Amino acid sequence: MYTSLTNRREFIKKMAVMSAMTAAATMFPGILFAEEQERNLPENANLDWKKAPCRFCGVGCGVLIGIDNGKAVAVKGDPKSPVNKGLCCVKGYHSVISIYGKDRLTKPLIKKNGKYVETSMKEALDLIASKMKETISNHGKDAVSIYGSGQWTIPDGYVASKLFKGCIGTNNVEANARLCMASAVTGFMTSFGIDEPMGCYDDIDHADVFVLWGNNMAEMHPVLFSRLLDQRLKRGVKIIDFATRTTRTSMAADRSIIFQPQTDLAVANAICYEIINNGWVNKSFVEKHCNFKKGLTNMGYGLEDHYSFDDKPEGITFEAFKTFLQDYTPEKVAKISGVSAKDIKYMASYYGDPNKKVMSLWCMGMNQHTRGTWINNLVYNIHLLTGKISEPGNSPFSLTGQPSACGTVREVGTLTHKLPHGVVTNKEHREFAAKIWDVPAENIPAKPSYHTVEMFRALDRGDIKFMWIQVTNPMVTMPKLKRYRDACEKEGRFIVVSDIYPTPTTDIADVILPSAMWIEREGMYGNSERRTQYFEKMIEPSGEAMSDTWQIVEVAKRLGYEKQFYYNEDTHIEEIYNEYRRHHEGNKHAMAPLEVLKAEPGAQWPYVNGKSTKWRFNADYDPACSNGEQFHFYGNPDGKAIIWQRPYEPAPEIPDDDYPFWLCTGRVVEHWHTGSMTRRIPVLHKAMPHAYVELNPEQAKEMQIQTGDRIKLTTRRGEIILPASVNERGVPERNQVFVPFFDENMLINDVTLDAFCPISKQPDYKKCAVKVEKV
Amino acid sequence: MPIKSYLAHPHQGKKQELVHELSSISSCEVIPAENNDLVIVVTETNNNTEDDILKEKIEAIESLKLLAMVSGFDTPKSN
Repeated sequence: MYTSLTNRREFIKKMAVMSAMTAAATMFPGILFAEEQERNLPENANLDWKKAPCRFCGVGCGVLIGIDNGKAVAVKGDPKSPVNKGLCCVKGYHSVISIYGKDRLTKPLIKKNGKYVETSMKEALDLIASKMKETISNHGKDAVSIYGSGQWTIPDGYVASKLFKGCIGTNNVEANARLCMASAVTGFMTSFGIDEPMGCYDDIDHADVFVLWGNNMAEMHPVLFSRLLDQRLKRGVKIIDFATRTTRTSMAADRSIIFQPQTDLAVANAICYEIINNGWVNKSFVEKHCNFKKGLTNMGYGLEDHYSFDDKPEGITFEAFKTFLQDYTPEKVAKISGVSAKDIKYMASYYGDPNKKVMSLWCMGMNQHTRGTWINNLVYNIHLLTGKISEPGNSPFSLTGQPSACGTVREVGTLTHKLPHGVVTNKEHREFAAKIWDVPAENIPAKPSYHTVEMFRALDRGDIKFMWIQVTNPMVTMPKLKRYRDACEKEGRFIVVSDIYPTPTTDIADVILPSAMWIEREGMYGNSERRTQYFEKMIEPSGEAMSDTWQIVEVAKRLGYEKQFYYNEDTHIEEIYNEYRRHHEGNKHAMAPLEVLKAEPGAQWPYVNGKSTKWRFNADYDPACSNGEQFHFYGNPDGKAIIWQRPYEPAPEIPDDDYPFWLCTGRVVEHWHTGSMTRRIPVLHKAMPHAYVELNPEQAKEMQIQTGDRIKLTTRRGEIILPASVNERGVPERNQVFVPFFDENMLINDVTLDAFCPISKQPDYKKCAVKVEKV
Repeated sequence: MPIKSYLAHPHQGKKQELVHELSSISSCEVIPAENNDLVIVVTETNNNTEDDILKEKIEAIESLKLLAMVSGFDTPKSN
């Protein structure tokens, strides 16, 4: 294609501006260039600005979308949003561009004789329903499954759960949040008996110290990180980055403390040791509000098919807990963690200081961990021992990665064991859901079936024959990916994929349904701080694209569930949301009415008497507290939180002579997850065009490796070649390498390990052993 | 024809002055951040000599604390 030099210069100028904006955004997360935004608008634009939560991460920034002649042309941060206060990150600012990629899926495709053939939506939906009927008839209801996402809107996940659990009668419902948030869920459930953070983002405005546990906030949650930096400018707060690798977060922090992979367990216990040893325990809080327990140890790592584990908790005394911690003195832990005793004492001193409010923040570093539930428990232990919890600024806070991992997966309950209210193993909970769903209670099986890794293993074995995948890209994200890609392509499997662009996952589909994206349909997301946010349909979907909600409703009707799926096409989102709210009635989890969500920049549940709840379990803020005390951990029957005795245990695969490095995987600021949207935003794609392997600079020099050299990574699962990155963005420690997973052309998950936390069943993408060679 | 982009950091309280000074230079495009003391500057000159002179001119601005180059491109002349 001919490009004039003038055009090329203009393009290069634009690139120069964008490079500078990207650089600025990484130095000052959340930075705004309003004039540049205005300049990009169409001439004489009379934009209609409409509010929505951002499409990308779990922070849930409020954005305003500028609509011009039926097209989304601009984005700006919503100044009315208490989440981002008008800020927007580099992904959010460019988000609407991802709607208009040239290769948007606009028509349903059916695979015939190895080739995809366009068809009508009616024919595609008919085929899906008939395949489901046939599979259930031939192989039973547990041979069909649905795999969704933390990007599902609340109505998407709700109708999926209702169809599969309530109507068909299988618990084969999972979502990719199993890969990112499951350990946070089991951490909350085991410590507090109820899911999701007690605090909120307002804690940032009150805390004096922020401890980031393996959490590269500067890249993954840039707008929230900018709020931390803002507080440092205003109030001189301290930011401690506790991580396995030096990142942009480390560079911006007041203190960077590096630990050896997996040893965060030991360090957290050492902090508890210090708190007790120095007399920093908040005795009255612990006596009134906490119990001590221990569970089973040496649980394994879930590496084998059909692995199962049930913890057997038993109560212990404070004295027993204290004795257990004798193995975790700072000096002992320094030897295994690489963290000096001085640094352990430094962190402990902030937690122990009664005059400092401390916020702990974490995300994938603690959750993608073979002892993910335990490390969540241990950080809660620190906050519970010191009583620094459930009040402004004292807040253990688990951040989410997806826009509705909380709202849809955790609250609607699109995991095999969950229901919108409660769990499938509880008869009362099943009966309650069945009543609202208008199905017999016995329809809902009492036993969970497959968590995500096991679901794909079941597909491989042939126990599952049909899988419907919506809004997610497991053929990039599953660990030990080759096994599961081969499974999808086996004879006798039928895979439906609903998405907006071609991906490695649509490549293995038998039917591809084009989905309406984000503001092409109506919906709600729920973010990390229990905030539910509504967005209206602002533009028409591309081609024949249909919302994931309505795709499921259409198939449900074809399966004969017209009575349960009575919704009117024009009003179905409102009808579904109102039905869903019934599951959460009561002071502990009441959801705001739809008209409130439409008018406000979101509302935080429990929403009681016209008011959001910012801090749970604290009687000053939470209407569900009823024990007459300041704090009430009502998720547990006795109203108390649990301090867990959880030991340090090593990772399942540690470096050895054959595979001498640790491999850690993760994300980059430019791309959101697998890049299927952000790689179609030219400025982001050009800023970060491909994956790479980060090496320790000193070690790279010894190995005569420079940036750009081809590096072969070999694990026990396979090998991959990537360009080297030395002294660029992140700096790993010696004998460690880091690879981002966004690049579908360099699938790092082909070589990762599918070990998981036995309690949460969440895989550990942060640790396996790898050989590193220059080729 | 060199095209370069920079992040310009003003001295405290001097952002508006810096934006004003930079905007008066014809070969500079200036994009101030709305919520931070930072200004993006994009320069476009005919050759390297002009580029060097321009950079010296920018660096001489009193309200400028630090000028950090982000990207540099060299394009052929269009005519």
